[in-house]
Amino acid sequence: MKTGKSWGPLHPATETIERLAKTSLPRERQLDLYHYMRLTRMVEGRLGNLYRQGKVVGGLYSSLGQEATAVGSAYALEPQDVMGPLIRNLGSMLVRGVQPREVMMQYMAKSDSPTGGKDGNTHFGDLKRGLVAPISMLGALIPVMAGVALAGKMQGKNLVALTYIGDGGTSTGDFHEGLNLAAVLGVPFVLIAENNGWAYSTPTSRQMRIRNIATRAAAYGIPGETVDGNDVLAVYEVTKKAVERARAGGGPTLIESKTFRMKGHAEHDDAGYVPQEQFEEWRRKDPIERFERHLLANGLATEEDLKAIVAKIDAQLNQEVDLALASPMPPAERAFEGVYA
Amino acid sequence: MATVTYLEAIRQALWDEMEQDPQVFMLGQDIGTYGGAFRVTAGFLEHFGPGRIIDTPISESAMIGAAAGAAMMGMRPVVEMQFIDFISCAFNQIINFAAPNHYRWGQPVPIVVRGPSGGNVHGSAYHSQNPESYFQHTPGLKIVAPGTVADAYGLLRAAIRDPNPVLYFEHKYLYRRLKDELPAGDDRDGLVTIGQARLARAGRDLSVITYGAMLQVALEAAGRLEAEGIDLEVLDLRTIKPLDQEAILATARKTSRVIVLTEEQTTGSVAGEVAARISQDAFEWLDGPVHRLCCPDTPVPYSPTLEEAYLPNVDKLVARVRELASY
Repeated sequence: MKTGKSWGPLHPATETIERLAKTSLPRERQLDLYHYMRLTRMVEGRLGNLYRQGKVVGGLYSSLGQEATAVGSAYALEPQDVMGPLIRNLGSMLVRGVQPREVMMQYMAKSDSPTGGKDGNTHFGDLKRGLVAPISMLGALIPVMAGVALAGKMQGKNLVALTYIGDGGTSTGDFHEGLNLAAVLGVPFVLIAENNGWAYSTPTSRQMRIRNIATRAAAYGIPGETVDGNDVLAVYEVTKKAVERARAGGGPTLIESKTFRMKGHAEHDDAGYVPQEQFEEWRRKDPIERFERHLLANGLATEEDLKAIVAKIDAQLNQEVDLALASPMPPAERAFEGVYA
Repeated sequence: MATVTYLEAIRQALWDEMEQDPQVFMLGQDIGTYGGAFRVTAGFLEHFGPGRIIDTPISESAMIGAAAGAAMMGMRPVVEMQFIDFISCAFNQIINFAAPNHYRWGQPVPIVVRGPSGGNVHGSAYHSQNPESYFQHTPGLKIVAPGTVADAYGLLRAAIRDPNPVLYFEHKYLYRRLKDELPAGDDRDGLVTIGQARLARAGRDLSVITYGAMLQVALEAAGRLEAEGIDLEVLDLRTIKPLDQEAILATARKTSRVIVLTEEQTTGSVAGEVAARISQDAFEWLDGPVHRLCCPDTPVPYSPTLEEAYLPNVDKLVARVRELASY
């Protein structure tokens, strides 16, 4: 019997490349990408503070190191498009117009949070902003978002539905059922598979025997792309292409974004099972620092420009934290409301 | 008035809703060219086209997940389970996505999942189930189970118009056996309010609370017991979730003796929930224990002799009524 290498962490085989993907995005829009990646990291930084102060009542999840995938993909969508983010897609939600205070209030279970304290973290949606709330059962959003795409097609709305899945989530039945259904129906749908190396403590090599998740696209007869998930421009460009193809009637695309989860599954998890050299390797590929070097090297921004962006976000987040903290806890009777529409 | 079968009433309800509301569409296996395993959607593909009558792969979870996604976008999907037994393959989409969605973030999910349930047709373990009790536990769902032609029609139209996820359990034994009149053409309205039970037979001595195919068993038993001087009251629940608490307590308080007759395995059944409510809120009115007359806690067996032993029937109900009447 032919056997593979011994089980062990299979980390994405991208090389550290300083040169980012070619883009047609003008300077202002590239700075916009920078803003959203920085905003994501800084919101999560503030959430970490609130967590350590005991103000977050549940778990706290981080997308540290994965900001380029979230931001670059969401940035490729049009206003009429609909997105189903997962727990490491805070950046996608911020691009869609979610305010930092909304996420902070969710984590702190406040009365004025988007779910009024009924659910936490990024588990909220708002179809007016094209956002569908995820559930914790991974893969479930894939059929749901295929259905969103189907409805959009039936209603002639010219929309594209996009959602995410992790390397671990590709092992679910819904990944197969949903992607296959989307492919068979030919609906305008894009699935971003974030291969971040680890599903909680389980390495990707324990989820699958293939090196590239994108090869699974062949099984559904749809295009599959593998992209450097720490290059925001590459993620943007490949998503844009898939979104345009979907909008033009070309059906779904599976995009694998190779990236890395720089923290544990959640804040409580010190990720001691991840070899240090993996963290060190991926720290060198940090998506925000890489993008900064790109912006500076190509004369798109100065050190001062970038500092100004950070300072502006910092000031904004001071206000956002205050607003979030000021919200009361929900009234007890709300627990019984809203079971039925 | 035209006489139609229970199955024709279901077909007519689907047809009328699709004619009336362009947002209504169907997802299912073999519902298009083939017209459905039981021919419920025969002729639909020709009339409504492949854009609204959508044949899917064998992917119950994706079918119901996709329906939920489309419903959030303003569509009114109706998903056919070829047999309702297969709804278990989509359990997660129903109980974790569709059902709590409105509570969690305020977004309604108006889907209908319908399909043939029940036994007595020798379908064995996977084509005979009554899985309603798995779902009665889940907040946010509505569950209906028509036992008459009029309800088959009216509950389905109401289910499609309801803003919540509704599970519509039709009974395959009744499909072509039950016939009744349905208002014809434009006079047809027939909407049945979800959540309201119906007093199928008024009586003095003992109440049978039931739904689905067991309604006919209860009515037949009532006819037989009349000759013995026992006057049965029969309450047809029609809606399993939310239960019509008032109607349940009213009949219990009226006759003081109650049998809950359902075609489910006994433990953890809808019948158990009904019995518990009566015990808690009508205890002082009772003259005897509340009985559950359901199926034994076994899978549904195949052989006719075994299935007969498994299912409640008129003889078993009559015997149980005599037992409780003399308590």
